[in-house]
Amino acid sequence: MGIGQSNADHPHPSHAAAQRGKGEGGPGPGRDVPPLTFASLSVTLSNRLVLQDITATLRPGRVTAILGPNGAGKSTLVKAAAALVPASGAVRLGHRPIATFDPNERARRIGYLPQDAAIHWNVPAREVIALGRAPHHSPFAALGDADRAAIAEAVAATETAGLLDRPVHELSGGERARVLLARVLAGEPDWLLADEPLASLDPAHQIDILDRLRARAAAGAGVVIVLHDLVQAGRAADDVLLLESGAVAAFGPAADVLTPANLRAVFAIDVTVAADRAGRPLCIPVGRADG
Amino acid sequence: MTRTARLAMLAALVLLLFAASLMAGKIWVPPSAWWSGDPLWRIVIELRLPRAVLGLVLGAVLGLSGAVLQGYLRNPLADPAVVGVSSSAALGAVAAIVFGWTGGLFACAMLAAAGSMALLAALTWRSQSAVGFILAGTVLASLAGALTAFLISIAPNPYATAEVIDWLMGALTDRGWADLLPALPFLGVGAALLLLTGPALDALTLGETAARSMGVRLGRLQALVVLGTGLTVGASVAVTGVVGFVGLVVPHLLRPIFGHRPAALLLPSALGGAALVLAADSLCRLAPGPGEVRLGVAMALIGAPFFLALLLKERKLGWV
Repeated sequence: MGIGQSNADHPHPSHAAAQRGKGEGGPGPGRDVPPLTFASLSVTLSNRLVLQDITATLRPGRVTAILGPNGAGKSTLVKAAAALVPASGAVRLGHRPIATFDPNERARRIGYLPQDAAIHWNVPAREVIALGRAPHHSPFAALGDADRAAIAEAVAATETAGLLDRPVHELSGGERARVLLARVLAGEPDWLLADEPLASLDPAHQIDILDRLRARAAAGAGVVIVLHDLVQAGRAADDVLLLESGAVAAFGPAADVLTPANLRAVFAIDVTVAADRAGRPLCIPVGRADG
Repeated sequence: MTRTARLAMLAALVLLLFAASLMAGKIWVPPSAWWSGDPLWRIVIELRLPRAVLGLVLGAVLGLSGAVLQGYLRNPLADPAVVGVSSSAALGAVAAIVFGWTGGLFACAMLAAAGSMALLAALTWRSQSAVGFILAGTVLASLAGALTAFLISIAPNPYATAEVIDWLMGALTDRGWADLLPALPFLGVGAALLLLTGPALDALTLGETAARSMGVRLGRLQALVVLGTGLTVGASVAVTGVVGFVGLVVPHLLRPIFGHRPAALLLPSALGGAALVLAADSLCRLAPGPGEVRLGVAMALIGAPFFLALLLKERKLGWV
């Protein structure tokens, strides 16, 4: 499926904004990115059914936000999408189940940014970012020209050039988050799955990171972000997958999903939805829903 | 200075200490004895050369396995002892001494090491997590330690007990080619397996889930670590008894020089381990009096001040 086609099928107010961001998001995938499909996906962890019969097709070229209350299964869903938890049903990249990919090939196609931002050794930032190229070269080979080019673009996109020689334990939380994002971008994955990439960031850095992810989608890649901030979700997402107790409560273009009725049903809060300057839904929680 | 230059300097240090190890002892043999045909040179060829080679190889595998385990467990306190392999190999050797199978000491130690590796693999196979690995290893180490103490207490005579304790303290004293050669294949294969872990250890810097998402097969990595540590540490304990401290301290000493990236520390740790053991063993022989200082004692005397200085420096930098 072509990217232009997928966007044309689903015109969306934020499409123009995505186009504006083009060229700032680092390397495009350089090929047509297939959609990512969940087919009757169920996940059981420690005898608890965490995800139940999830069926949805996420489209490349768009930012899909996964939203839901605590414990709804958001993190598990992105882990399942990267084949990091045992699952029944299937996750497919195009027509191919990701379970059939060799781990290295899967790592080249699907980049995963975990919520846990631990970096266990105090290595310079450049070594963390270079790790993103690991699936692309044989284990003991030095970085090649393509590796260096991808790293340079990821560094430019995350504005981490000034951090490269600094030991990561001396970086601030925001700087470290950018370095870790650069690591995933350097891998040039078709699909980028980010689990709460905004946690512990100040508003300016939240906006920066979201803009970079949007630019990445605008360049043709698939981008999935787990979020819990409704304002940021409205700002960033083209599509929203709303999870409740491990099942899909709603899935579609952000403007269709982020409605007071949906949010009241899933989060048990009253939300006022306005339109921001770009015409995207701006969700303002007003209070807990009564009854 | 480039990494290659630093490695070359470390290798030069190892060569220097190797040469010193050939010369140093109760009788100082100068290099000139070689070309002057001095009969003293026979001391070097027959006694000191195999001992120096053993020190080199032993130090290298202990340093390497320490670096691999610290990287794998992402814990700077890890060393080969936490896996329980050294205690288990020691248990096998002690059993051989107590029951009088001295000819089969090497085989007993290797069998016990293999048994503990198999147990460790069975205990940690499903979890593949570092915490489970440390817990299982610690339990195995305590169990082997308790069984060793039990064997000592049922030893048939005080000579056996003395021999066991002597052996447990670890030394290169009186070890020759006949001790080293049977161990070499195990040490070589084990070291090769450990060196293969580098790229996966680097990815683990970002945690287990991130490493898996980057294509790392954690099960394969764990198999390499268990097998590599079991072969190297098991074989080295079988030859020299338990020599501690090297695996713990060497990667620490080298991090300020070679950086914290786990794969970048593997080769330097092997060289650094060889240097430390060669230096400590030479020191053992230089002690005044007729006897020798224990290798473990000399090791602590050399390593501990370095380590303390490092800790103080890191505290100043606010790392500890």
